[in-house]
Amino acid sequence: MADLIHLTIDDKAVEVPAGTLVIEAARSVGIHIPAFCYYPGLSLQAACRMCLVEVEKAPKLQTSCTLPVSEGMVVRTSTPQVVEARKSMLEFLLTNHPLDCPVCDKGGECELQDMAFDYGAGTSRFHEEKVHTPEARFSPLIYYDAPRCILCYRCVRICREGLGVDALSIVNRGVVSEIAPNRGDHLECDECGMCIDICPVGALTSEAYRYHTRPWEMQHIGTVCAHCADGCKTTLGVRNGAIIRANNRDRTGVNGEFLCVKGRFAFDFNSHTERLQSPLMKVNGGLEPVSWARAIARVAAKFQETVARQGRFGVIGSNRTTNEENYYLQKFARRVLNTWNIDHHRTGDVPALMAAVGGRADAFASTVDLYTSRAVLVAASDLSQQHPFLAYQIRANWRHHQSHTYVVTRGPVREDDYATSILRAEKGEELAGIESLRDRLQAEPELVIIFGDAIQGDKVRALVSFGDALRIPVKYVCLLDYSNSRGAIDMGLAPEFEPGYVPASRTGLGLEEMLDEKDLDALWVVGANPLTRRRLASAGAFIVVQDLFLTGTAAQADVVLPALSAYEKTGTMTNVCGERQPLARGAVTMGAKSDLEIFGLLARAMGADLGPATPASVLAEIRREVPGYNGMPVTLAASLPRAGEVWSSEDTLFTSGTLGRYSKMLNSVTERSRRLYQP
Amino acid sequence: MLHNEPSPLEVKVLTSRFELPDSASLETYAAHEGYEGFRKALSMKPEEILGELKASNLRGRGGAGFPTGMKWGFVPRNSPKPKYIVVNADEGEPGTCKDRVLMENDPHQLIEGMLIAGLAADAHAGYIYIRGEYRYLIGIMDHAIEEARARGYIGRNILGSGFDFEVYTHTGAGSYECGEESALLESLEGKRGVPRIRPPFPAVAGAFGCPTVLNNVETYCAVPVILRRGGAWFADLGTPKNGGTRLFCISGHVNRPGVYELPMGFNLLRMINEVAGGVRGGKKLKAVIPGGSSCPVLKAVECDIAMDYDTVAKAGSMLGSGGVVVMDEDTCMVKAAARIMRFYSHESCGWCIPCREGTAWLSKLLARFHSGAGERQEIDLIGELAQNMLGRTFCPLGDAAAMPTMAFVKKFRDEFEAHLDGRPCPFENKKRLVTA
Repeated sequence: MADLIHLTIDDKAVEVPAGTLVIEAARSVGIHIPAFCYYPGLSLQAACRMCLVEVEKAPKLQTSCTLPVSEGMVVRTSTPQVVEARKSMLEFLLTNHPLDCPVCDKGGECELQDMAFDYGAGTSRFHEEKVHTPEARFSPLIYYDAPRCILCYRCVRICREGLGVDALSIVNRGVVSEIAPNRGDHLECDECGMCIDICPVGALTSEAYRYHTRPWEMQHIGTVCAHCADGCKTTLGVRNGAIIRANNRDRTGVNGEFLCVKGRFAFDFNSHTERLQSPLMKVNGGLEPVSWARAIARVAAKFQETVARQGRFGVIGSNRTTNEENYYLQKFARRVLNTWNIDHHRTGDVPALMAAVGGRADAFASTVDLYTSRAVLVAASDLSQQHPFLAYQIRANWRHHQSHTYVVTRGPVREDDYATSILRAEKGEELAGIESLRDRLQAEPELVIIFGDAIQGDKVRALVSFGDALRIPVKYVCLLDYSNSRGAIDMGLAPEFEPGYVPASRTGLGLEEMLDEKDLDALWVVGANPLTRRRLASAGAFIVVQDLFLTGTAAQADVVLPALSAYEKTGTMTNVCGERQPLARGAVTMGAKSDLEIFGLLARAMGADLGPATPASVLAEIRREVPGYNGMPVTLAASLPRAGEVWSSEDTLFTSGTLGRYSKMLNSVTERSRRLYQP
Repeated sequence: MLHNEPSPLEVKVLTSRFELPDSASLETYAAHEGYEGFRKALSMKPEEILGELKASNLRGRGGAGFPTGMKWGFVPRNSPKPKYIVVNADEGEPGTCKDRVLMENDPHQLIEGMLIAGLAADAHAGYIYIRGEYRYLIGIMDHAIEEARARGYIGRNILGSGFDFEVYTHTGAGSYECGEESALLESLEGKRGVPRIRPPFPAVAGAFGCPTVLNNVETYCAVPVILRRGGAWFADLGTPKNGGTRLFCISGHVNRPGVYELPMGFNLLRMINEVAGGVRGGKKLKAVIPGGSSCPVLKAVECDIAMDYDTVAKAGSMLGSGGVVVMDEDTCMVKAAARIMRFYSHESCGWCIPCREGTAWLSKLLARFHSGAGERQEIDLIGELAQNMLGRTFCPLGDAAAMPTMAFVKKFRDEFEAHLDGRPCPFENKKRLVTA
């Protein structure tokens, strides 16, 4: 335990570790000292002067955001002098503020508004002309209104320190100072919009939300981002069933305040005009809208007939559907369709890692471990492009804890900026690179190894042996692409495993084998799009597709069933680190049904009893039955992927599979390069 | 070249070589005790150098008047990091123009001061941060540095002593804020010129995060003579706790404006009347700003004081950077206040709210007042706004703007009242407006 310091704040005795700032010490006992520029986790500014407090024996007011506690210190936070100082600070601040609260996006959730309410004067003594600058569009997604800006530099710091992008800075001097983007008149950056979220006022606003609504007119629904596998919490602002914004100002998810461009802006796929709102059925060679009853009856009849004549099924699951849906789908396939030909697009070799660590739950790093581990090794992945939240955690770990970061990648990555050691290794050569770091890694007290799809099969086993030989606690993250990639494999969307990596009693065909198979009678594709990549070998197969859009695969289907997105249903998802999180229902798309509901309808139409198709009851079953989810460890002896089975789509910050193609926001940004901001 | 005739009342210590032909050259400098202080310092221990400085009662000439010997003593000599010597030649205070003549007429004196500081602090590199508007001085300083290098005063193994020292010039871009020591360091490092949070102070974490000795040009220039003739000798030139002489820059409505080197504690009225030849045109004296624009104004009746740090502070102002601005009876004090505030508003770096917004507000308010559009209750507002800035800004620039404003309102309230109700400025008719 660090040395404890005793001090008095507003006559309350406070005990905090040495080095704590007075503002934090006060917060720890429920005394809120107002501040704009102070932001936990970012460097100190002392620029806004709102947090001035009286300290005994100090000649003048002190900024509590830069003042570390000292033994016996006596602090007063609400004396007339302090309150007067806050009031005058607000008066200064409001002189050039446009006071356009009635039209400002931030109105209702604005820190300046709150502060003016608490401390501001009711009238203005400022009778001069205000400084005005026209609004600027920094990027297709980000706007800046200089007059509203209070220059707290939070945006500058989150971009520079938090993201390592450094796309925002200050230009000009004095009262005409303003924030400027890195390319003169526009931004070239991650477009993450962290600057918008962190802005205490309405100076930085988002294309998605700007002038659309007021915060109190929306419902705020916390759910999990539908895009990559990092599993960030995103709070949807929903009005009249439509998502208007996504942010994370309440900071309650695993991701704290972090959200990337996809989480913040790419929710708009959900309301894309091409969303399917009615089942489609092939009639005379063309797809035509039909009723749900007709479509379900058609699929059920065809499936039943195929089962009856012991025909061959192929079932392809999704990286984006919930655990409950995945579980139900595999159960449906195995019990009702009597097939073990079930798989999904695997983007990382989790089974190999499961097998290599013998199912030990403590061998898997959590997102918190990435922030706290003394050392992190990043292998074969450009994290800031593909796993921005994990990259943010590792960077924050370095910023706050001076952790060591080791990088073994093919090309330059952003982690290079602060890495302890950088190695370049061609794809497939990463293990040799890691091996050369043995002595240095051995000297670390602990380690988290993050690896991409280049390390799979035997290489995962070799990596884990290497980790074991270091004789320090080592945890792993096997990188995956999409929001529930982990849940898909955990729930047994695989020919060789049943849920919880229980070896299958029969083996079936994998994804590629199904596509290669010449005499498949029926192919059922749920939330996947394999047939744009390659043709189905079996020409006469009856194809059923459940999806949000008429994808290339759906266009070839006999029946297309419109599905709800992750933002429109409940259930759970498991992120890349194995953390299970609940979804919440934000929006609604008329005419579409959740995949789980569709499975239930089909089961009922086929007269099969698979239990209730509701997220809660399926989750209860998962918690009862599935190793890893029921408190029992996973026991898996050996697993090797078959050739071509595991490969990452290598999405970047600005792509996200099918969903990315239907996001106007994501497609509006001008950044395209895979490698941004490298010198 | 000299910009004004010297006065017989001057005590020429730092300016002793100014009238010599080719005074900036190393030949002239070396022929007149140049680098002797440094040679002496080479044989001294660092503590002995600091001892002489402390005995000299030399106080920082930049404005704050902090004892130099004490400041140098804060630098941790045993730190494993390199240490730096930084010269603040960002002479931006309105009314002050002494560093300029020191560098122009005797650049080697500054270099020698830096070398001695290098010995005292175990530093091997020094930077001269010259304000953007003094660009022409860079050529002079660079030439002097080259001369010194050619003669072995700069470089490796100086004069065979084993001591290495390099000197570099660095130009600012014209920001007043960069005269504040921590903003100067930011600018020197190539960043935006905004002040740093202190502590840590530059002595511990200054240039490039390393221990740094940072002083004004005039302060460094006083060091060689202190080493040469002893701290006690220097101290005796001035008054108690205010050692040596000081370069006073007398400007405004006097007959002979200029830079004059006078002993500390020299009487302000004598300075105006005898050294600078009295108020121009036989007018009466109205007010004096004794130490540059950030110092509270003194009324004529308050001017019979000794010009040292303590006495001027007792009179409610500051000795500051030695810029004595003399204003005659025809001067409009509202206009003077407005002009000074316009300067601070223009120069505020924008970092903190009270300074950024306060100076801009006051600047507009004072300009409106001078135009006759002020209201009676706003006279108090001016003082209140200044009061609200005072002591609450990030760096002293806010105080520098607030203090003179408060003094103008307090001491010349009648003039503010004379501008009310749309009345034209009562001083505008008396003489033609001279616009610069």
